Amino acid sequence: MTIVDTRIPDPKKFIKGATGDWEIVIGMEVHAQVTSRSKLFSGASTEFGQEPNSNVSLVDAAMPGMLPVINEECVKQAIRTGLGLKAEINNKSVFDRKNYFYPDLPQGYQISQFKQPIVGEGKILLDMSDDEQVEIGVERLHLEQDAGKSLHDQHPSMSFVDLNRSGVALMEIVSKPDLRSSDEARAYLTKLRTILRYLGTCDGNMEQGSMRADVNVSVRKPGGEFGTRCEIKNVNSIRFAGQAIEYEARRQIGILEDGGKIDQETRLFDPGKGETRSMRSKEEAHDYRYFPDPDLLPLEFDDTYVTELAKDLPELPDDKKARFMTDYGLSSYDADILVQEKASADFYEDVAKGRDAKLSANWVTNELFARLHKEGYDVTTSPVSADQLGGIIDLIKAGDISGKIAKDLFEIVWAEGGDPKQIVEARGMKQVTDLGAIEAMVAEIVDANPDKAAQAKEKPGLLGWFVGQVMKASQGKANPQAVNELLRKKIGID
Amino acid sequence: MTDLTDLTIAEAREGLEKKDFSAVELTDAYLGAIEGAKALNAYIVTTPDKAREMAAASDRKLAAGEGRALEGIPLGIKDLFATQGVHTQACSHILNEFKPRYESTVTSNLWADGAVMLGKLNMDEFAMGSSNETSYYGAVVNPWRAKGSNAALVPGGSSGGSAAAVAARICAGATATDTGGSIRQPAALTGTVGIKPTYGRCSRWGVVAFASSLDQAGPIARTVKDAALLLKSMASVDLKDTTSVDRPVPDYAAAVGRPVKGLKIGIPKEYRVDGMAPETETLWQQGIEWLKAEGAEIVDISLPHTHYALPAYYIVAPAEASSNLARYDGVRFGLRVPGNDITDMYEKTRAAGFGAEVKRRVMIGTYVLSAGYYDAYYLKAQKVRTLIKRDFDLAFEAGVDAILTPTTPDAAFEPGAITDPVSMYLQDIFTVTVNMAGLPGISVPAGLNEKGLPLGLQLIGKPFGEETLFQVAQVIENAAGRFQAEKWWA
Repeated sequence: MTIVDTRIPDPKKFIKGATGDWEIVIGMEVHAQVTSRSKLFSGASTEFGQEPNSNVSLVDAAMPGMLPVINEECVKQAIRTGLGLKAEINNKSVFDRKNYFYPDLPQGYQISQFKQPIVGEGKILLDMSDDEQVEIGVERLHLEQDAGKSLHDQHPSMSFVDLNRSGVALMEIVSKPDLRSSDEARAYLTKLRTILRYLGTCDGNMEQGSMRADVNVSVRKPGGEFGTRCEIKNVNSIRFAGQAIEYEARRQIGILEDGGKIDQETRLFDPGKGETRSMRSKEEAHDYRYFPDPDLLPLEFDDTYVTELAKDLPELPDDKKARFMTDYGLSSYDADILVQEKASADFYEDVAKGRDAKLSANWVTNELFARLHKEGYDVTTSPVSADQLGGIIDLIKAGDISGKIAKDLFEIVWAEGGDPKQIVEARGMKQVTDLGAIEAMVAEIVDANPDKAAQAKEKPGLLGWFVGQVMKASQGKANPQAVNELLRKKIGID
Repeated sequence: MTDLTDLTIAEAREGLEKKDFSAVELTDAYLGAIEGAKALNAYIVTTPDKAREMAAASDRKLAAGEGRALEGIPLGIKDLFATQGVHTQACSHILNEFKPRYESTVTSNLWADGAVMLGKLNMDEFAMGSSNETSYYGAVVNPWRAKGSNAALVPGGSSGGSAAAVAARICAGATATDTGGSIRQPAALTGTVGIKPTYGRCSRWGVVAFASSLDQAGPIARTVKDAALLLKSMASVDLKDTTSVDRPVPDYAAAVGRPVKGLKIGIPKEYRVDGMAPETETLWQQGIEWLKAEGAEIVDISLPHTHYALPAYYIVAPAEASSNLARYDGVRFGLRVPGNDITDMYEKTRAAGFGAEVKRRVMIGTYVLSAGYYDAYYLKAQKVRTLIKRDFDLAFEAGVDAILTPTTPDAAFEPGAITDPVSMYLQDIFTVTVNMAGLPGISVPAGLNEKGLPLGLQLIGKPFGEETLFQVAQVIENAAGRFQAEKWWA
């Protein structure tokens, strides 16, 4: 296979070595567990966290004479994912056996797709900044079985095997070697996860292992020939993927700069030490003896089948982002943050409905998200509902409360709940817009500070001090705009 | 009253319906006959309690006038079929003490039609063999002996136990399986009728896999009609086997006795091979004459890729087997020989658990699938397979209804007579093409050779053309007569 380099070397992404700049080349193989109630080729449940070996059918345990039967829901999920990745859907694909011995692989082979995957080439767009968008090629997506789990800590001399995962459907999504930095790699995983979650085809929970990445890393002189790659297996967090790439790139550069040569090998990332170490060399690599699984007919469906699935596809993050920018006038940055999780985007749209879109975006992304993140909540468990947040924004827009009071109000709603409007009424938090009252306060403070007033007249920048004093005197309730105007008038600034 | 075990299935069903005897009596007669036939080593396990229980249930059904197609008919089951709670080891040591918690679809179908299980039948280990000498439970002895000789002969394989048991009348009929000839070759060597139906006609669910794309279950019986009755019950579509085919199962027995006048029977010139016994050649000619006499039209046909079938088969079948047998690793069931680590355990278990022929095929299969050899062997063999299939397609498109060939090059031989594996593989030379093309094939006894040993003729049909095979086979049976081994074992 010839690999086409689709990227123009970008000095921003280079890393410095002793002998000059280096460019990292990264390709990803992501294993995403298909969201489905039962396994890829058996009726056993896929529920997470069950007692060991409780979700195991005769097929999953590879009892003699058992045969796989394809689960149509998993096929649909793979097609949906392919559509979400703007990829070519193959109307005919073939299941192959990948043969190797391991105790948690009961059949002695994994049923996978080798030469004819269900989904072909697609792409994923990454927004690296407001003015940098990168297109990453997807090579293929195929369906395959997960293995079981070996437990090595249950017995002094034996290993135990849990087959609950054995036969669970995975989508292996293979990227082209188009990524050029750990930032891009992290953005790729984040974006892919977002797309999968929007589609509802994988829950993307990396900590539960329902999404894992094998990361292929090589380095080269910018724009040069591709270097020898190492594969870092089973990375189970986006952060670790970034760390593993950084470490691995530096390791390879070190070897090359010392005049050494990279051995093609499989490595493991140790998050505790922050380093990768060798797992097996190319020579020790398995010969998987792939061949078409004679127990399964080729998987075939017509175009109508795909069109029907395409009809029910939800709005995808890229489309949603574009719509947010056009319809709500949001910046690329804000739109990006909002569409990363479908629930966040929905929450935002509930808040923004019939309200100032930008103000809503500020409140959702700055106040709410920051707070949720800090306190370990997410948008679905937010103590402040979209209605409540919308109520706060309505009060600001009506001029009933200032931005400052709004933040206090947010704290109250967060901690105690309740209707923002009623809280403002009940606790007398409404802004003072009675000009006479404000005028009296302004007069009192200016008269008490004649020197400062004189200075402010010369240097209007000092007016802020007076504004602060008046706001303080009004316990924050004075309308800041009115205070400003009255102060200028009183001191005599034009 | 004649011995109940002399009755064909069709006759036994009639007797049971007429209450000439009970199902329990019939079963007891067979259990007694089995006791007296231990010298044949056809059964590895008998299930007398289960048999009598099933027979008693059949008697109740019969009394209520609710007798089903095979009500009360005692059958032997090849050890390759999973039978719930009963020894199921494919006659291999690696499945030591394995008793499944499930029942194969084929045997379930038989029980649902009222059949009675007598026990499990001996076979070549994992259905790999043509003489039943590779069984972990020892060789099966053919009920037939050459005239004036006491020397033991092999019953053929891999369904040697099934064929021997049917020939020796220690079951009314038997299940068998055929991957390259394992039903038809032993049927030919024991003077019984055996049919391998079209691939997909019988479910493979619960049948220990040898080569998934070739394996098919089928019956071995004493007469063409009995084979038709058994296949009718065994065949079905099965949601648990996606390679099974969803089409109605015809009343095969109704095809038995239909005239063959006007049917076009193809005679492939490529089946005249070197080393074929002159008597086989003569018998083949005899078969042609019989069919001609009944008004069938005989046409010469060519199946030009026939010569490549056996070598291609011995790539495809071992390749699939090497993968299918990977699950016998000592981890979850069957034999485990402890080792220092997991690899050591695997190696010791598989070394002790598999016999020489199984190991040979696993190694061949592993080799032909390995990196760098796949295209040259496996892929090429699959291409050959397509060409073989096309040979048959062309013949059938030209109007041929069935093809007549010998089943085997020669009659039964003595144990140990064939030691070279490749010579043994030649036993399947006329039968493997049928598996490679997924077609139905039946072997019907056609005569005895000079030594008094049975020889069979094979009829090959179109996909799902089993009815034609039964129809034509009956004409041969009528002309040749039925053959029975002289009882020496009890």
